[in-house]
Amino acid sequence: MTKAPNDVVITGIGIVTCQGVGTEPHIALLKAGSAPELKIEAERFAPYPVHPMPEIDWSQQIAKRGDQRQMENWQRLGVFTAGLALDDAGLKENAEACGTMDMIVAAGGGERDINVDSLIVDEGLKRNDREHLLNEKLTTELRPTLFLAQLSNLMAGNISIVHKVTGSSRTFMGEEAAGISAIETAFARIRAGQSTHTLVGGGFIAERPDVILLYEALGAHATGGWTPLWSRDPEAGGGIVSGSVGAFLVLESRAHAEARGARIYAMIEDIGGDRGGREDGRLERRLDVLAGLANGEGGATVVFSGASGINDLSTREKTWLEGRFPNAPVRGYAGVTGHALETQFPLGLALAGLALANEAKVPAFDPAGETAMERPAETAIVTTIGHHRGEGVAILKAEK
Amino acid sequence: MTKAAYRDHLGRPIVAVTGMGVITSLGQGLKDNWAALSGGVSGIHGITRFPVDGLNTRIAGTVDFVDLPAENPVERSYFYARETTEEALAQAGLSGDFGGPLFLAAPPIEPEWSARFALADRAPPSQRPGDAYDRFLTVLRDKPDPALYEAWLFGAISERLADRFGTRGLPVTLSTACASGATAIQLGVEAIRQGRTERALTVGTDGSVTAEALIRFALLSALSTQNDPPQKASKPFTKDRDGFVIAEGAATLVLESLESAIARGARVLGIMKGCGEKADHFHRTRSSPDGGPAIATIRAALEDAGIAEDAIGYINAHGTSTPENDKMEYLAMSTVFGEGLSKIAVSSNKSMIGHTLTAAGAIEAVFSLQTMLTGTLPPTINYQNPDPTIVLDVVPNVKRDKQVSAVLSNSFGFGGQNASLVMTAEPA
Repeated sequence: MTKAPNDVVITGIGIVTCQGVGTEPHIALLKAGSAPELKIEAERFAPYPVHPMPEIDWSQQIAKRGDQRQMENWQRLGVFTAGLALDDAGLKENAEACGTMDMIVAAGGGERDINVDSLIVDEGLKRNDREHLLNEKLTTELRPTLFLAQLSNLMAGNISIVHKVTGSSRTFMGEEAAGISAIETAFARIRAGQSTHTLVGGGFIAERPDVILLYEALGAHATGGWTPLWSRDPEAGGGIVSGSVGAFLVLESRAHAEARGARIYAMIEDIGGDRGGREDGRLERRLDVLAGLANGEGGATVVFSGASGINDLSTREKTWLEGRFPNAPVRGYAGVTGHALETQFPLGLALAGLALANEAKVPAFDPAGETAMERPAETAIVTTIGHHRGEGVAILKAEK
Repeated sequence: MTKAAYRDHLGRPIVAVTGMGVITSLGQGLKDNWAALSGGVSGIHGITRFPVDGLNTRIAGTVDFVDLPAENPVERSYFYARETTEEALAQAGLSGDFGGPLFLAAPPIEPEWSARFALADRAPPSQRPGDAYDRFLTVLRDKPDPALYEAWLFGAISERLADRFGTRGLPVTLSTACASGATAIQLGVEAIRQGRTERALTVGTDGSVTAEALIRFALLSALSTQNDPPQKASKPFTKDRDGFVIAEGAATLVLESLESAIARGARVLGIMKGCGEKADHFHRTRSSPDGGPAIATIRAALEDAGIAEDAIGYINAHGTSTPENDKMEYLAMSTVFGEGLSKIAVSSNKSMIGHTLTAAGAIEAVFSLQTMLTGTLPPTINYQNPDPTIVLDVVPNVKRDKQVSAVLSNSFGFGGQNASLVMTAEPA
């Protein structure tokens, strides 16, 4: 493998899942002898099981109480995790680097005020002038600043405020595809010399009735207890167990990283995303094209599959992976972390970067459906197939 | 032309605009819009889409003349984007699959209240305060509603556009708040410069004026409350400006490498010469008082374009008519252009079409190019009582005939978003 100055390398990882805060617990689980202990919240949103946020001391990354108060958990988690990534890259206190750093955030929307929404629909059941009711109640009940906690681009806005990342700020929306496009765009810009260092990622809160509602409009969320990712019960809801996750990466050109003596986790060799109909093998044909460059040469390969768990589609992905990468163990990380929608793909890259850099023999997350790793991987394939649309594949290489 | 003629000052492919489409409250299509805009006509009117009694702001620049299959922001935003894209592709002379990427600036979507009420009607009774979503979930668990699901997805608009126009790869749906339209164009320019594509479809659309959207902006004191008469409410750069007028619309620009455009004999409408951006860390809704990030944004756009301050002949201002924006934007422009600013005409389309939010940067880019194509500077209307602290040639009230060959267009938004575009006339 030849190295080039415009190689895109991962130099910082911020990660928060139900398994813990930061790289340390995640390296531990990637290097453990067996799958990590299940972290699931099955009561609070019953019948929907979700992987909860771990305990987080927000003030470690969001120093000002005032800033914390301006946000709800969705933005807090993103800002917090972005801070972890900057810290991890050694850039947190580097005002010059943050002031020129580009940023792409994959975002949904922030929390609604469930109590106000409930109040309005309950009142609406008693009245036939609902539009007037809406004006009355929204005008008097909505907290003015809640709008800012809901706006999609305000996760990025708060990262600028709290961490002073101000080279540029772009927010991509659109479920899993947003996370794929965010990394694809950051990658293409660095490759082309349009950016030297970019913060990219997102945050997702599963513990939100308004988020579960979105899934349930499609009948997509699992119900009952947790079951292993590759063997979800089609009779118990739609298969997705969502999880609260924050995942941010600092991506740099190799030249920029080396000039400052940064630690390099891994190189992103290629990345692509696509979309379209999924019938009659069209999905598999697109995935074949996206995985085009990966040839499994030069050492062992591991696949970090972002399979959402949604019925049928996850099985199709597994079948495709086993055909395309027959010798590569597959690790379906949503079985451990939950599915994180916009953040799913960045999360996969974070885990893959940690695994490669730490020469991890990653334990099977679902031993019934995943083979053991005989030796640490030098190539990692990361997939995310959107639960409804859009798919992406990234190929990561270990640094030698 | 030699190969070098297709490259800019940094050796990158020059990016041409070969197709434009627009819809605003003034009408559908570039021709009608431009006639109204250059004629100083306002599209702002009283809101009829929903009841406004009890609201402090009762006016908007909504697009009320289209027939939709269903009333929600996804359908509206898609409809506007589809129409402007049809127009732009026709002008570009492109048919069949577009074959390049799609960059779409679209509003963050919230479920419609009518949908919540409908769910509540079907749901079991409340067991405790604040349990509406539990009841909604009970309804959907029994019977999922894929149509409702589609109406809630951020990716739904770009999906339909990608299918209809045959764009390539994963479409990008983006939000940089009120700078979104400009960011979509910037992403298209970058993709062509990367050599990833010869052409890109860049779209900004916003059909999100609902009671809740209006009230949310009103609660932040961002909107004008000068409801009567509606056409007079948006008055950028005046002393009595009191907020923006929320509005809708869309615009599409077909971007193409100049080389590819010339090779296929396309008419070049203008050059997307440079883009600049810089985020602000001062505050969630307010700009740095020193204008630093806006200044850096304009300078970055000029530098990216490789042209000097004195080459700019006209500025299409963000000019929202909020007390804060117009003051800050003037500070930024006067810092960058210095004494030279007195010789540059600066007007605000928003005086006529209101603030089209997510779409604004794209719509105003179309109007900026049209300014150069027609040799007509659109006016800033309602300029009766100038703010004495903002000394600008705003092209007051009446259009002006003037040929310009380079235009700057500014877009600023909540969340510290700043983006500027520099466009030039087609090279002779």
